[in-house]
Amino acid sequence: MNIAVCVKEVPSAASAKRLDASTNRLDRSGDSELNPFDVHGLEEAIRIRESGQQVDEIVAVCMGREAAQRPLQKALALGADRAVLLTDPELAGSDISGTAYALAAVLEKQNAELVILGQQAADADCYVMAAAVADHLRRPLVTQVAELSIEGGTIRAKRQTEHGYDVIEAPLPAVVSVSDAINTPRLPSIKAIMGAKKKPTDQVSAADAGIDTSRVGESGARNVVKQVLPPAAKQEGKRIEDSGGDSAPAIVEFLAERGVI
Amino acid sequence: MTAIVFVDHDEGAFNPNSLGVLVMAASLGGEVTAFVAGSGIDDAWAAGLGAYGASRVLVADDAALSGLPQPAVDALEPHAKEADAVLFGAGVVSADIAAGLAARLGAGINCETTDFTLDAGSVTATRPALGDTILVESSFASGPAVILCRANAFAADPTGSGSAEVQRVDVTVQDWSTAAKLAGREQAESAGVDITEADVLVAFGRGIGGPENIPVIEELAKALHGEVAATRAVVDAGWTPYSMQVGQTGKTVSPKLYVACGISGAIQHKVGMVNSGVIVAINKDANAPIFEFADLGIVGDALAVVPKLTEALGSR
Repeated sequence: MNIAVCVKEVPSAASAKRLDASTNRLDRSGDSELNPFDVHGLEEAIRIRESGQQVDEIVAVCMGREAAQRPLQKALALGADRAVLLTDPELAGSDISGTAYALAAVLEKQNAELVILGQQAADADCYVMAAAVADHLRRPLVTQVAELSIEGGTIRAKRQTEHGYDVIEAPLPAVVSVSDAINTPRLPSIKAIMGAKKKPTDQVSAADAGIDTSRVGESGARNVVKQVLPPAAKQEGKRIEDSGGDSAPAIVEFLAERGVI
Repeated sequence: MTAIVFVDHDEGAFNPNSLGVLVMAASLGGEVTAFVAGSGIDDAWAAGLGAYGASRVLVADDAALSGLPQPAVDALEPHAKEADAVLFGAGVVSADIAAGLAARLGAGINCETTDFTLDAGSVTATRPALGDTILVESSFASGPAVILCRANAFAADPTGSGSAEVQRVDVTVQDWSTAAKLAGREQAESAGVDITEADVLVAFGRGIGGPENIPVIEELAKALHGEVAATRAVVDAGWTPYSMQVGQTGKTVSPKLYVACGISGAIQHKVGMVNSGVIVAINKDANAPIFEFADLGIVGDALAVVPKLTEALGSR
């Protein structure tokens, strides 16, 4: 079995997230990192291999700018065997629909029975990519998976809904998105970080992937940003830097002031 | 303008998020069609959506429509492609259907929608983005507009006692979309405390390290005469029961005081507690989104702060 894990480059948690006023796109000029939700997807792929399943290959698939090579190196250090970066100026400004279509086009060529995505992207809070990709690939889908096992070509996945937990079985090939509670990702060893540099990374263009460029990029976006507005004014909260619990008296004072104790 | 609202349901109860979207859509003045998919649906029950503003209810009734999303995309597709807008309330299954439908139709999708307009020839949807620091208003390049709304975005109060006309529709499902099967269900436990009734909640997330530290949280809850609540992540990880979960797939709470310990404040959690009276957040990560909407933010280790806070409260 081959596993493809979709990964995304997102601005790092520490960098301020803002839109570029000239394009209304996310300003990606600051530091970036591998989407932390996708790390759970990579970890799960490795755990499937470690569980005794025959996993011939784990491929990390990314759509993004050329600079996404760096977070892709982390995906390789975390255990992917190779990486594919779909990058093309034609893809810049793609909406969810265009991105799902383009990702599916690349995934079609990976020969992976199981496609794993993280539950959401940390930058756009988009949690629907897996369902859109599954429809393009015409494969069964389970999202927000909290427990996953595979037996005899069938996945068994437990996921939370508004009513409790559903246990869903689906034959491979399939698409899943994993909850960030499914596992605790390990850190890559120095050896793995060094080894990642030797692993193959393919860079593919929209044409290489057979993507119809009228369906992607800003011009192909079906969701068109009209305007960006400030949110309703909100009073800034108070902030205290704590050291070893020394903020406790100030918290008590605050709670008393607000009349909640 | 043709607008369809997909109405999710479980065990005979309509999803309140779906109902809220239906009420909102109907309030915009046009005629709104509700779409209900399931197996063994009672027409009179479906007609009850008239009380929430539906003028017509399309019922897709088929054994394949048993609560999984992909067959529902098949059922919805022929009707959705004739519509100007297809709207969904928040929900795990609804989100999967909305995204699958958008992919199927090559349509635009707007997630986390908190406001929308349905004027002839012009549908718009507005969502908060970048940690709710901006509002983004979108239009749609080609129909239909697929609009997935945020949890608790709209009140689900009935607008009248009207009964809607019910129309049964043909359902054709595909082999691949019915390949996934529901193999079992674990209902949420209803035993124990109802956290929606508590005046004070002390909630914890994975930032408290492990389930062995839950007693520290319980002690603080006791000192504040409150109850303990939790995030989806720790419930999914098996640290604590589902009945304690706050957020999109858990409970919506609005206590007088909400103390969030080791909780990052992801949007799925925020929508369940943002209307609390006073929010205090304790988190090691100074960049955690929860500090954007906390009234008091403590940047520090919850495990260091919480015991000291319990002690300070006890000595008052």
